Amino acid sequence: QTHALDYAEAQQQSQILTPEAKVIGHNNFYEFGTDKSDPKANAQAFQVDPWQLRVDGLVETPFTLSFDELFKFAPLQERIYRLRCVEAWSMVIPWVGFSLNALLNKARPLSSGKYVAFETLYDPKQMPGQSNPFRGGGIDYPYVEGLRIDEAAHPLSFLAVGLYGKSLPAQNGAPIRLVVPWKYGFKSIKSIVRISVVDKQPPTTWNLLAAQEYGFYANVNPKVDHPRWSQARERRITTGGLFSSNRIDTQLFNGYDEVASLYSGMDLRQHY
Amino acid sequence: MVRGLSRRNIFWLKALIHLLSLGWASLTYYRAGTDQLGGDPVEGILHFTGIGAFNLLLLCLIISPLVRWSRISQFMQVRRLLGLYAFFYALLHLASYILFELQLEWQLLLSEIVKRPYITVGFSAWIILLALTLTSNKAAQRRLGRNWQKLHNWVYLAAGLIALHYIWSVKSDITQPLVYIGMLLLLLSFRKDKLLKLWR
Repeated sequence: QTHALDYAEAQQQSQILTPEAKVIGHNNFYEFGTDKSDPKANAQAFQVDPWQLRVDGLVETPFTLSFDELFKFAPLQERIYRLRCVEAWSMVIPWVGFSLNALLNKARPLSSGKYVAFETLYDPKQMPGQSNPFRGGGIDYPYVEGLRIDEAAHPLSFLAVGLYGKSLPAQNGAPIRLVVPWKYGFKSIKSIVRISVVDKQPPTTWNLLAAQEYGFYANVNPKVDHPRWSQARERRITTGGLFSSNRIDTQLFNGYDEVASLYSGMDLRQHY
Repeated sequence: MVRGLSRRNIFWLKALIHLLSLGWASLTYYRAGTDQLGGDPVEGILHFTGIGAFNLLLLCLIISPLVRWSRISQFMQVRRLLGLYAFFYALLHLASYILFELQLEWQLLLSEIVKRPYITVGFSAWIILLALTLTSNKAAQRRLGRNWQKLHNWVYLAAGLIALHYIWSVKSDITQPLVYIGMLLLLLSFRKDKLLKLWR
Protein backbone atom coordinates (compact mmCIF):
# COMPACT_ATOMS: atom_id res chain seq x y z
CA GLN A 1 0.00 0.00 0.00
CA THR A 2 3.00 2.31 0.44
CA HIS A 3 4.88 3.97 -2.38
CA ALA A 4 8.44 5.24 -2.80
CA LEU A 5 9.11 8.93 -2.14
CA ASP A 6 11.50 11.52 -3.56
CA TYR A 7 13.25 13.31 -0.75
CA ALA A 8 16.49 14.84 0.46
CA GLU A 9 18.29 12.28 2.58
CA ALA A 10 19.31 13.03 6.13
CA GLN A 11 22.97 13.17 7.02
CA GLN A 12 24.54 10.06 8.45
CA GLN A 13 24.46 9.96 12.20
CA SER A 14 25.78 7.78 14.95
CA GLN A 15 22.53 6.45 16.37
CA ILE A 16 21.48 2.98 15.36
CA LEU A 17 18.13 3.08 13.59
CA THR A 18 15.30 0.93 14.90
CA PRO A 19 14.75 -1.75 12.25
CA GLU A 20 11.92 -0.98 9.85
CA ALA A 21 10.07 -4.18 10.77
CA LYS A 22 9.84 -2.99 14.38
CA VAL A 23 8.89 0.57 13.46
CA ILE A 24 5.96 -0.74 11.42
CA GLY A 25 5.11 -3.70 13.68
CA HIS A 26 5.12 -2.21 17.18
CA ASN A 27 2.58 0.60 17.29
CA ASN A 28 0.24 2.40 19.61
CA PHE A 29 -2.71 3.37 17.40
CA TYR A 30 -5.76 2.47 19.46
CA GLU A 31 -8.10 3.19 16.55
CA PHE A 32 -6.93 -0.20 15.28
CA GLY A 33 -6.71 -2.00 18.64
CA THR A 34 -4.75 -1.61 21.85
CA ASP A 35 -2.21 -4.40 21.47
CA LYS A 36 1.12 -3.31 19.97
CA SER A 37 0.66 -5.75 17.10
CA ASP A 38 -3.01 -4.84 16.44
CA PRO A 39 -2.47 -1.77 14.23
CA LYS A 40 -0.37 -3.69 11.72
CA ALA A 41 -2.84 -6.57 11.74
CA ASN A 42 -5.98 -4.43 11.45
CA ALA A 43 -4.97 -1.41 9.38
CA GLN A 44 -3.97 -2.99 6.10
CA ALA A 45 -7.28 -2.24 4.37
CA PHE A 46 -7.32 1.36 5.61
CA GLN A 47 -8.14 3.71 2.70
CA VAL A 48 -6.05 6.88 2.69
CA ASP A 49 -6.68 7.97 -0.90
CA PRO A 50 -8.80 10.08 -1.28
CA TRP A 51 -7.86 12.12 1.78
CA GLN A 52 -8.57 15.65 2.93
CA LEU A 53 -6.45 17.60 5.35
CA ARG A 54 -8.19 20.83 6.27
CA VAL A 55 -6.13 23.75 7.61
CA ASP A 56 -8.38 26.38 9.15
CA GLY A 57 -9.28 28.37 12.23
CA LEU A 58 -7.66 31.71 13.02
CA VAL A 59 -5.69 31.96 9.78
CA GLU A 60 -5.68 34.35 6.84
CA THR A 61 -5.81 31.65 4.19
CA PRO A 62 -7.50 28.40 5.12
CA PHE A 63 -6.88 25.59 2.64
CA THR A 64 -7.34 21.89 2.09
CA LEU A 65 -4.80 19.35 0.89
CA SER A 66 -5.76 16.23 -1.05
CA PHE A 67 -3.86 12.94 -0.83
CA ASP A 68 -1.58 13.82 -3.77
CA GLU A 69 -1.00 17.35 -2.51
CA LEU A 70 0.31 16.05 0.82
CA PHE A 71 3.38 14.78 -0.99
CA LYS A 72 3.85 17.91 -3.13
CA PHE A 73 3.13 20.59 -0.59
CA ALA A 74 6.81 21.14 0.21
CA PRO A 75 10.11 19.57 -0.81
CA LEU A 76 10.28 16.33 1.18
CA GLN A 77 13.19 15.81 3.50
CA GLU A 78 14.32 13.00 5.75
CA ARG A 79 14.69 13.57 9.50
CA ILE A 80 16.09 10.98 11.85
CA TYR A 81 14.36 11.52 15.17
CA ARG A 82 14.28 9.72 18.47
CA LEU A 83 10.74 8.80 19.50
CA ARG A 84 10.23 8.39 23.25
CA CYS A 85 6.97 6.70 24.22
CA VAL A 86 5.40 7.60 27.56
CA GLU A 87 5.56 3.85 28.30
CA ALA A 88 9.37 4.20 28.67
CA TRP A 89 10.51 2.66 25.40
CA SER A 90 12.04 4.50 22.47
CA MET A 91 12.94 4.13 18.82
CA VAL A 92 15.12 5.97 16.29
CA ILE A 93 13.12 6.53 13.12
CA PRO A 94 13.96 8.04 9.71
CA TRP A 95 10.86 10.06 8.88
CA VAL A 96 10.15 11.75 5.54
CA GLY A 97 8.05 14.91 5.40
CA PHE A 98 8.19 18.65 5.88
CA SER A 99 8.19 21.08 8.77
CA LEU A 100 4.88 21.97 10.34
CA ASN A 101 6.03 25.57 10.12
CA ALA A 102 5.90 25.40 6.31
CA LEU A 103 2.23 24.55 6.54
CA LEU A 104 1.54 27.28 9.09
CA ASN A 105 3.37 29.83 6.96
CA LYS A 106 1.07 29.11 4.07
CA ALA A 107 -2.04 29.45 6.27
CA ARG A 108 -0.71 32.61 7.97
CA PRO A 109 -2.06 32.46 11.53
CA LEU A 110 -3.73 35.61 12.89
CA SER A 111 -2.15 37.24 15.91
CA SER A 112 -5.11 36.00 17.97
CA GLY A 113 -4.05 32.40 17.25
CA LYS A 114 -2.22 31.03 20.29
CA TYR A 115 -2.51 27.27 19.86
CA VAL A 116 -2.74 24.68 17.11
CA ALA A 117 -5.31 21.90 17.39
CA PHE A 118 -5.03 18.59 15.51
CA GLU A 119 -7.64 15.94 14.82
CA THR A 120 -7.41 12.34 13.60
CA LEU A 121 -9.86 10.87 11.11
CA TYR A 122 -13.11 9.66 12.65
CA ASP A 123 -14.29 6.68 10.63
CA PRO A 124 -15.65 3.84 12.79
CA LYS A 125 -16.29 1.72 9.70
CA GLN A 126 -12.57 1.59 9.01
CA MET A 127 -11.28 1.92 12.55
CA PRO A 128 -12.52 -0.92 14.77
CA GLY A 129 -11.31 0.82 17.94
CA GLN A 130 -13.71 3.70 17.26
CA SER A 131 -16.76 1.52 16.75
CA ASN A 132 -16.18 -0.94 19.58
CA PRO A 133 -15.44 0.51 23.03
CA PHE A 134 -13.79 -2.76 24.10
CA ARG A 135 -11.19 -2.42 21.37
CA GLY A 136 -10.51 1.30 21.58
CA GLY A 137 -9.00 1.51 25.05
CA GLY A 138 -11.70 3.72 26.51
CA ILE A 139 -10.75 6.74 24.40
CA ASP A 140 -13.38 9.25 23.32
CA TYR A 141 -12.80 9.51 19.58
CA PRO A 142 -11.75 11.29 17.43
CA TYR A 143 -8.25 11.52 18.86
CA VAL A 144 -7.26 15.17 19.32
CA GLU A 145 -3.96 16.83 20.13
CA GLY A 146 -2.57 20.31 20.44
CA LEU A 147 0.55 22.45 20.63
CA ARG A 148 1.22 25.99 21.66
CA ILE A 149 1.77 27.99 18.48
CA ASP A 150 5.44 28.65 19.23
CA GLU A 151 5.96 24.92 19.76
CA ALA A 152 4.21 24.22 16.47
CA ALA A 153 6.36 26.80 14.67
CA HIS A 154 9.61 25.38 16.05
CA PRO A 155 11.77 23.98 13.24
CA LEU A 156 11.82 20.53 14.87
CA SER A 157 8.03 20.12 14.65
CA PHE A 158 7.48 17.91 11.67
CA LEU A 159 4.70 16.55 9.53
CA ALA A 160 5.67 13.09 8.31
CA VAL A 161 4.21 11.53 5.18
CA GLY A 162 6.69 8.67 5.10
CA LEU A 163 9.33 6.62 6.88
CA TYR A 164 12.25 4.55 5.66
CA GLY A 165 11.94 6.22 2.25
CA LYS A 166 8.36 5.17 1.57
CA SER A 167 4.96 6.69 2.27
CA LEU A 168 3.65 5.89 5.76
CA PRO A 169 2.16 2.47 6.39
CA ALA A 170 -1.40 2.80 7.73
CA GLN A 171 -0.38 1.64 11.21
CA ASN A 172 2.12 4.50 11.50
CA GLY A 173 -0.49 7.15 10.82
CA ALA A 174 -0.92 7.32 7.06
CA PRO A 175 -1.16 9.47 5.10
CA ILE A 176 0.12 12.29 7.32
CA ARG A 177 1.05 12.52 10.98
CA LEU A 178 2.73 14.85 13.40
CA VAL A 179 6.18 14.19 14.87
CA VAL A 180 7.23 16.27 17.87
CA PRO A 181 10.48 14.61 18.96
CA TRP A 182 10.91 16.32 22.33
CA LYS A 183 7.48 15.23 23.56
CA TYR A 184 6.10 11.82 24.47
CA GLY A 185 4.91 9.85 21.47
CA PHE A 186 1.20 10.28 22.12
CA LYS A 187 1.50 13.97 21.16
CA SER A 188 2.49 12.91 17.65
CA ILE A 189 -1.05 12.46 16.39
CA LYS A 190 -1.66 10.15 13.44
CA SER A 191 -3.82 10.22 10.27
CA ILE A 192 -4.60 13.92 10.59
CA VAL A 193 -7.69 15.39 8.87
CA ARG A 194 -7.72 18.82 10.47
CA ILE A 195 -5.23 21.37 11.74
CA SER A 196 -6.82 24.46 13.27
CA VAL A 197 -5.26 27.57 14.73
CA VAL A 198 -7.22 28.46 17.87
CA ASP A 199 -7.06 31.03 20.66
CA LYS A 200 -7.41 28.72 23.67
CA GLN A 201 -5.53 25.63 24.78
CA PRO A 202 -7.30 22.80 22.93
CA PRO A 203 -8.38 19.57 24.64
CA THR A 204 -5.99 16.63 24.15
CA THR A 205 -7.02 12.99 24.19
CA TRP A 206 -4.82 11.42 26.87
CA ASN A 207 -5.21 14.44 29.11
CA LEU A 208 -8.99 14.03 28.89
CA LEU A 209 -8.63 10.36 29.79
CA ALA A 210 -6.31 10.77 32.80
CA ALA A 211 -5.33 14.37 33.53
CA GLN A 212 -3.10 13.50 36.48
CA GLU A 213 -1.03 11.15 34.29
CA TYR A 214 -0.84 13.00 30.97
CA GLY A 215 -0.47 16.75 30.78
CA PHE A 216 -0.96 19.11 27.86
CA TYR A 217 2.78 19.66 27.41
CA ALA A 218 3.99 16.05 27.78
CA ASN A 219 7.61 17.08 27.34
CA VAL A 220 10.02 14.19 27.81
CA ASN A 221 11.41 14.71 31.29
CA PRO A 222 13.34 12.13 33.33
CA LYS A 223 12.65 14.06 36.54
CA VAL A 224 8.88 13.98 36.28
CA ASP A 225 7.67 10.41 36.71
CA HIS A 226 4.45 9.05 35.35
CA PRO A 227 2.43 8.47 38.55
CA ARG A 228 2.64 4.73 37.96
CA TRP A 229 6.15 4.32 36.56
CA SER A 230 9.54 6.00 36.43
CA GLN A 231 10.53 8.09 33.41
CA ALA A 232 14.21 8.26 34.41
CA ARG A 233 15.31 5.62 31.91
CA GLU A 234 14.03 4.05 28.74
CA ARG A 235 14.44 0.86 26.73
CA ARG A 236 15.77 1.59 23.26
CA ILE A 237 14.24 -0.78 20.75
CA THR A 238 16.91 -1.79 18.26
CA THR A 239 17.99 -5.06 16.70
CA GLY A 240 18.42 -8.30 18.59
CA GLY A 241 16.22 -10.04 21.08
CA LEU A 242 15.70 -10.20 24.79
CA PHE A 243 19.38 -10.34 25.69
CA SER A 244 20.48 -7.34 23.66
CA SER A 245 17.85 -4.92 24.86
CA ASN A 246 19.31 -1.58 25.65
CA ARG A 247 18.43 0.51 28.66
CA ILE A 248 19.57 4.12 28.56
CA ASP A 249 19.07 7.32 30.52
CA THR A 250 16.17 9.46 29.39
CA GLN A 251 17.19 13.04 28.60
CA LEU A 252 15.27 16.23 29.24
CA PHE A 253 13.35 17.16 26.07
CA ASN A 254 14.49 13.78 24.73
CA GLY A 255 17.90 15.36 24.20
CA TYR A 256 16.60 18.14 21.94
CA ASP A 257 17.97 20.97 24.08
CA GLU A 258 17.24 23.58 21.41
CA VAL A 259 13.61 23.69 22.54
CA ALA A 260 14.45 24.60 26.16
CA SER A 261 13.90 28.33 25.55
CA LEU A 262 10.24 27.64 24.72
CA TYR A 263 9.75 26.81 28.38
CA SER A 264 11.96 29.29 30.16
CA GLY A 265 10.36 30.41 33.39
CA MET A 266 7.87 27.55 33.40
CA ASP A 267 7.70 24.98 36.19
CA LEU A 268 7.93 21.75 34.21
CA ARG A 269 6.70 19.74 37.19
CA GLN A 270 3.50 21.69 37.21
CA HIS A 271 3.18 21.89 33.42
CA TYR A 272 4.02 18.22 32.79
CA MET B 1 -19.43 -47.60 36.25
CA VAL B 2 -17.15 -46.12 38.84
CA ARG B 3 -16.35 -42.54 38.16
CA GLY B 4 -12.75 -41.61 38.70
CA LEU B 5 -9.28 -41.42 37.33
CA SER B 6 -6.75 -44.22 37.44
CA ARG B 7 -3.18 -43.66 38.61
CA ARG B 8 -2.23 -43.88 34.98
CA ASN B 9 -4.66 -41.08 34.09
CA ILE B 10 -3.18 -38.90 36.81
CA PHE B 11 0.33 -39.65 35.59
CA TRP B 12 -0.53 -38.48 32.08
CA LEU B 13 -2.43 -35.47 33.34
CA LYS B 14 0.63 -34.41 35.33
CA ALA B 15 2.89 -35.11 32.36
CA LEU B 16 0.66 -32.87 30.25
CA ILE B 17 0.87 -30.04 32.82
CA HIS B 18 4.68 -30.32 32.90
CA LEU B 19 4.90 -30.40 29.13
CA LEU B 20 2.62 -27.43 28.53
CA SER B 21 4.02 -25.25 31.31
CA LEU B 22 7.69 -25.87 30.57
CA GLY B 23 7.27 -26.19 26.82
CA TRP B 24 5.32 -22.98 26.41
CA ALA B 25 7.78 -21.02 28.56
CA SER B 26 10.82 -22.45 26.76
CA LEU B 27 9.35 -21.71 23.35
CA THR B 28 8.45 -18.14 24.32
CA TYR B 29 11.88 -17.41 25.82
CA TYR B 30 13.47 -18.89 22.71
CA ARG B 31 11.38 -16.61 20.50
CA ALA B 32 12.17 -13.59 22.67
CA GLY B 33 15.88 -14.43 22.67
CA THR B 34 15.94 -14.67 18.88
CA ASP B 35 13.87 -11.49 18.42
CA GLN B 36 10.73 -13.17 17.16
CA LEU B 37 8.43 -11.95 19.92
CA GLY B 38 7.11 -8.68 18.55
CA GLY B 39 8.79 -5.31 18.48
CA ASP B 40 9.69 -5.28 22.15
CA PRO B 41 10.66 -8.75 23.41
CA VAL B 42 10.99 -7.46 26.99
CA GLU B 43 7.39 -6.35 27.06
CA GLY B 44 6.43 -9.60 25.34
CA ILE B 45 8.11 -11.74 28.01
CA LEU B 46 6.73 -9.73 30.93
CA HIS B 47 3.25 -10.04 29.51
CA PHE B 48 3.55 -13.74 28.79
CA THR B 49 4.91 -14.71 32.21
CA GLY B 50 2.48 -12.46 34.10
CA ILE B 51 -0.59 -13.74 32.28
CA GLY B 52 0.79 -17.28 32.48
CA ALA B 53 1.08 -17.09 36.27
CA PHE B 54 -2.47 -15.76 36.51
CA ASN B 55 -3.80 -18.50 34.21
CA LEU B 56 -2.14 -21.22 36.27
CA LEU B 57 -3.41 -19.77 39.53
CA LEU B 58 -6.95 -19.69 38.15
CA LEU B 59 -6.58 -23.31 37.04
CA CYS B 60 -5.41 -24.11 40.54
CA LEU B 61 -8.51 -22.45 41.99
CA ILE B 62 -10.82 -24.33 39.64
CA ILE B 63 -9.77 -27.72 41.03
CA SER B 64 -11.84 -27.87 44.19
CA PRO B 65 -15.11 -26.77 42.51
CA LEU B 66 -14.29 -29.24 39.73
CA VAL B 67 -13.93 -32.05 42.26
CA ARG B 68 -17.24 -31.09 43.78
CA TRP B 69 -19.14 -31.12 40.50
CA SER B 70 -17.47 -34.08 38.89
CA ARG B 71 -17.18 -36.05 42.14
CA ILE B 72 -13.79 -37.15 40.86
CA SER B 73 -11.63 -36.53 43.90
CA GLN B 74 -8.42 -37.53 42.10
CA PHE B 75 -8.32 -34.15 40.36
CA MET B 76 -7.07 -32.89 43.73
CA GLN B 77 -3.78 -34.66 43.03
CA VAL B 78 -2.76 -32.15 40.35
CA ARG B 79 -3.59 -29.03 42.33
CA ARG B 80 -0.23 -28.66 44.00
CA LEU B 81 1.54 -29.03 40.67
CA LEU B 82 -0.57 -26.23 39.15
CA GLY B 83 0.17 -24.04 42.16
CA LEU B 84 3.88 -24.68 41.87
CA TYR B 85 3.85 -23.76 38.19
CA ALA B 86 1.89 -20.60 39.01
CA PHE B 87 4.76 -19.63 41.29
CA PHE B 88 7.31 -20.74 38.69
CA TYR B 89 5.77 -18.34 36.16
CA ALA B 90 5.62 -15.59 38.80
CA LEU B 91 9.31 -16.23 39.47
CA LEU B 92 10.07 -15.92 35.74
CA HIS B 93 8.00 -12.73 35.69
CA LEU B 94 9.93 -11.09 38.54
CA ALA B 95 13.29 -12.39 37.32
CA SER B 96 12.61 -11.09 33.80
CA TYR B 97 11.56 -7.73 35.20
CA ILE B 98 14.80 -7.47 37.19
CA LEU B 99 17.04 -8.83 34.42
CA PHE B 100 15.56 -7.34 31.27
CA GLU B 101 13.45 -4.37 32.31
CA LEU B 102 15.57 -2.98 35.16
CA GLN B 103 18.77 -4.66 33.94
CA LEU B 104 19.93 -5.39 37.47
CA GLU B 105 19.50 -1.92 38.90
CA TRP B 106 18.78 -3.16 42.40
CA GLN B 107 18.41 0.33 43.81
CA LEU B 108 15.67 1.02 41.31
CA LEU B 109 13.97 -2.28 42.13
CA LEU B 110 13.71 -1.29 45.78
CA SER B 111 12.45 2.20 45.04
CA GLU B 112 9.92 0.91 42.48
CA ILE B 113 8.56 -1.62 44.99
CA VAL B 114 8.11 1.17 47.51
CA LYS B 115 6.96 3.96 45.18
CA ARG B 116 4.74 2.27 42.61
CA PRO B 117 1.52 0.91 44.09
CA TYR B 118 0.97 -1.63 41.32
CA ILE B 119 4.46 -3.01 41.83
CA THR B 120 4.03 -3.05 45.62
CA VAL B 121 0.85 -5.05 45.13
CA GLY B 122 2.42 -7.43 42.62
CA PHE B 123 5.44 -7.99 44.84
CA SER B 124 3.20 -8.70 47.85
CA ALA B 125 1.38 -11.36 45.84
CA TRP B 126 4.75 -12.81 44.85
CA ILE B 127 5.83 -13.07 48.51
CA ILE B 128 2.60 -14.91 49.37
CA LEU B 129 3.09 -17.34 46.49
CA LEU B 130 6.69 -17.87 47.65
CA ALA B 131 5.50 -18.73 51.17
CA LEU B 132 2.92 -21.16 49.79
CA THR B 133 5.52 -22.78 47.55
CA LEU B 134 8.03 -23.23 50.39
CA THR B 135 5.37 -24.91 52.52
CA SER B 136 3.88 -27.02 49.77
CA ASN B 137 5.59 -30.29 50.67
CA LYS B 138 4.27 -33.00 52.97
CA ALA B 139 6.84 -32.33 55.70
CA ALA B 140 5.80 -28.68 55.99
CA GLN B 141 2.17 -29.71 55.96
CA ARG B 142 2.78 -32.05 58.93
CA ARG B 143 4.88 -29.54 60.82
CA LEU B 144 2.37 -26.70 60.43
CA GLY B 145 -0.62 -28.83 61.34
CA ARG B 146 -3.79 -26.78 61.43
CA ASN B 147 -1.90 -23.59 60.60
CA TRP B 148 -1.07 -25.00 57.17
CA GLN B 149 -4.62 -24.49 55.93
CA LYS B 150 -4.69 -21.02 57.46
CA LEU B 151 -1.52 -20.10 55.62
CA HIS B 152 -2.71 -21.56 52.34
CA ASN B 153 -5.99 -19.65 52.52
CA TRP B 154 -3.82 -16.64 51.68
CA VAL B 155 -3.96 -17.82 48.09
CA TYR B 156 -7.25 -15.92 47.76
CA LEU B 157 -5.57 -12.70 48.83
CA ALA B 158 -2.71 -13.38 46.42
CA ALA B 159 -5.16 -13.89 43.55
CA GLY B 160 -6.90 -10.61 44.39
CA LEU B 161 -3.59 -8.75 44.54
CA ILE B 162 -2.54 -10.20 41.19
CA ALA B 163 -5.81 -9.01 39.64
CA LEU B 164 -5.22 -5.54 41.08
CA HIS B 165 -1.60 -5.54 39.88
CA TYR B 166 -2.81 -6.42 36.39
CA ILE B 167 -5.55 -3.81 36.02
CA TRP B 168 -3.33 -1.15 37.58
CA SER B 169 -0.45 -1.81 35.19
CA VAL B 170 -2.29 -1.17 31.92
CA LYS B 171 -2.40 2.26 30.36
CA SER B 172 -6.09 2.46 29.56
CA ASP B 173 -7.35 -0.73 27.98
CA ILE B 174 -8.89 -2.55 30.91
CA THR B 175 -11.00 -5.02 28.92
CA GLN B 176 -8.74 -8.03 29.40
CA PRO B 177 -8.00 -7.35 33.09
CA LEU B 178 -11.75 -7.06 33.65
CA VAL B 179 -12.32 -10.44 32.00
CA TYR B 180 -9.73 -11.93 34.35
CA ILE B 181 -11.28 -10.25 37.37
CA GLY B 182 -14.63 -11.67 36.28
CA MET B 183 -13.19 -15.18 36.10
CA LEU B 184 -11.58 -14.79 39.51
CA LEU B 185 -14.79 -13.52 41.08
CA LEU B 186 -16.67 -16.45 39.61
CA LEU B 187 -14.18 -18.90 41.09
CA LEU B 188 -14.30 -17.11 44.44
CA SER B 189 -18.11 -17.13 44.39
CA PHE B 190 -18.03 -20.95 44.52
CA ARG B 191 -16.41 -20.64 47.94
CA LYS B 192 -18.47 -17.75 49.19
CA ASP B 193 -19.26 -19.36 52.54
CA LYS B 194 -15.65 -20.23 53.25
CA LEU B 195 -14.46 -16.73 52.35
CA LEU B 196 -17.13 -15.11 54.51
CA LYS B 197 -16.02 -17.29 57.41
CA LEU B 198 -12.39 -16.24 56.88
CA TRP B 199 -13.46 -12.63 56.81
CA ARG B 200 -15.05 -12.82 60.27
